[in-house]
Amino acid sequence: MSEGWFAGVEPDDPEAGAAAIRDGRADAPADWPGLAVEAGFADDSREYYARLRAAAIEAARTAAAERERADDRQAIHAVRAMDDAERTANELAERVAEWSASRYGESGTDVEYCRELVRRADAGGVAAEGPDASATAPTADGTPPTADGALAGLAARVVELDAEADRLRAFVEHTAGAVAPNLAALAGPVLGARLLALAGSLESLAKKPSGTIQVLGAEEALFAHLRGAAPSPKHGVVYTHEYVRSTRPEERGSAARALAGKLAIAARIDYYAGDRRPALERELDERIARIQARGDGSGGGTGATDGPESNGNDEGDGDDSGDRPADGRPPGDG
Amino acid sequence: MTLPEGVAYREFDGAERLATRGTPAYGEPVVDGWRVWDAGRSKLGAMFDAGIDTGLSGSDGVLYLGAANGTTASHVADFARVVYAVEFAARPMDDLLDAAAARETLVPLLNDARQPDTYAHVVENGLDAVVQDVATRGQAQVALANRQFLADDGRLVAALKARSEDVTREPGAIFGDALAELREGYEVLDTRRLDPRHDDHLAVVARPR
Ligand SMILES: C[S@@+](CC[C@H](N)C(=O)[O-])C[C@H]1O[C@@H](n2cnc3c(N)ncnc32)[C@H](O)[C@@H]1O
Repeated sequence: MSEGWFAGVEPDDPEAGAAAIRDGRADAPADWPGLAVEAGFADDSREYYARLRAAAIEAARTAAAERERADDRQAIHAVRAMDDAERTANELAERVAEWSASRYGESGTDVEYCRELVRRADAGGVAAEGPDASATAPTADGTPPTADGALAGLAARVVELDAEADRLRAFVEHTAGAVAPNLAALAGPVLGARLLALAGSLESLAKKPSGTIQVLGAEEALFAHLRGAAPSPKHGVVYTHEYVRSTRPEERGSAARALAGKLAIAARIDYYAGDRRPALERELDERIARIQARGDGSGGGTGATDGPESNGNDEGDGDDSGDRPADGRPPGDG
Repeated sequence: MTLPEGVAYREFDGAERLATRGTPAYGEPVVDGWRVWDAGRSKLGAMFDAGIDTGLSGSDGVLYLGAANGTTASHVADFARVVYAVEFAARPMDDLLDAAAARETLVPLLNDARQPDTYAHVVENGLDAVVQDVATRGQAQVALANRQFLADDGRLVAALKARSEDVTREPGAIFGDALAELREGYEVLDTRRLDPRHDDHLAVVARPR
């Protein structure tokens, strides 16, 4: 016969009890309260239930936290797949553009242009030039497709791949928000997932000092840069955050540092505690507002996004030091 | 029909509503320590409201399958002797743990109700009731697999959700199949559709045979 969860467990050790609840099994239930009292695990059933409940709460808490943490792998795979899908769609879109420029003498380099080509093909090749729908249909007799058909087919793949990237984005947003709610709230779920991917896991992100988080993805940012989503490959992905991009170039290093500091705290809370701390967002908003208000009275132009790049993410910034918990602890206010 | 001891109709804002005594768990109104058991959010609450004889009584030992965030399980724990609350999703666990923290009778278990061997070393046999609301495919199988926890005169109180089995088939046909399957291990005592409060749900009360 199988044994109850309490077999071999010290009565006042809820952690051992929790492990026994999580890992144990039995072929059939039994009168566990009675057997536990008989075995001396508890004086009476009242005490038995109290011990059971304490161990079960601990077991459910740790098992749920572990399960949610394991979800960081899902967010990481998904954000990588999303980036791959987007990048591939853009590369193919350029190929389509080049090809169609040679045939129809028109230009357009992005997914939007592919969508336009597909629309025209669907409409039956309205324009004099342009791919025609009948040409996209697979040829029944096995003759090779026409150039128009091949081009329209490729454009259709680009559009589909782009839609797939959107679906992956939705999944990333959902998963990142569940795995790391504070990080996702501060960074935005997609940037949050990218940081998880660059660090390898929520655990390893939670253990990184904010200075490292600030430069995470410096090389990888090349792709984002090519897509126009990042200012420069020499900066980490935190530079893609709107708070950094909307800050004047001279102050961007400070904004990135302040942001990285709060993201480091958010990742630690997500990993070690798991509850939402809306106060973090308020603190970050205030920091950024202060940084953006610095220097000129206008509060930092939003038009600065397209301005020249700041060339130093390690420029001096005396009053930011409070946001840099190099030792892994939240700053005094945290 | 008699309500279990610890469940009663009380007056809230001039209306008689089902209620239990305990710490509020989901923002429900509380008057004099009694909290509203919202039948719109709880299929078991809707069963009581519909006058179904569930066979539940105060100080029962209960296995609750599909506890989610504990909305219904918390009410059951308010009147029962012990409630083993099984839920396999990690996300609602925070709320369920909060409900458990406020109730000595609530034992949360993060397990899959289709695998009773993973909690049979924790949940006792001879229970008075299995309450089931798992909204998953194979609901009859879940009930059969968990029959082993029930006393001979215990009760299965289940809310079967048609859409969880098959979204394309007629609910009536789905319920017919599910009941036929249930009868392999249970004697069905009563069934009732829970529309309109819970669309396409069938309440089932049964006892082991
Ligand atoms: C409709 S909800 C239950 C609502 C809850 N009974 C209440 O009234 O408060 C269904 C729940 O069953 C859970 N569930 C589905 N399949 C399950 C399974 N095989 N084992 C345990 N829980 C399951 C789902 O995760 C979900 O939380």
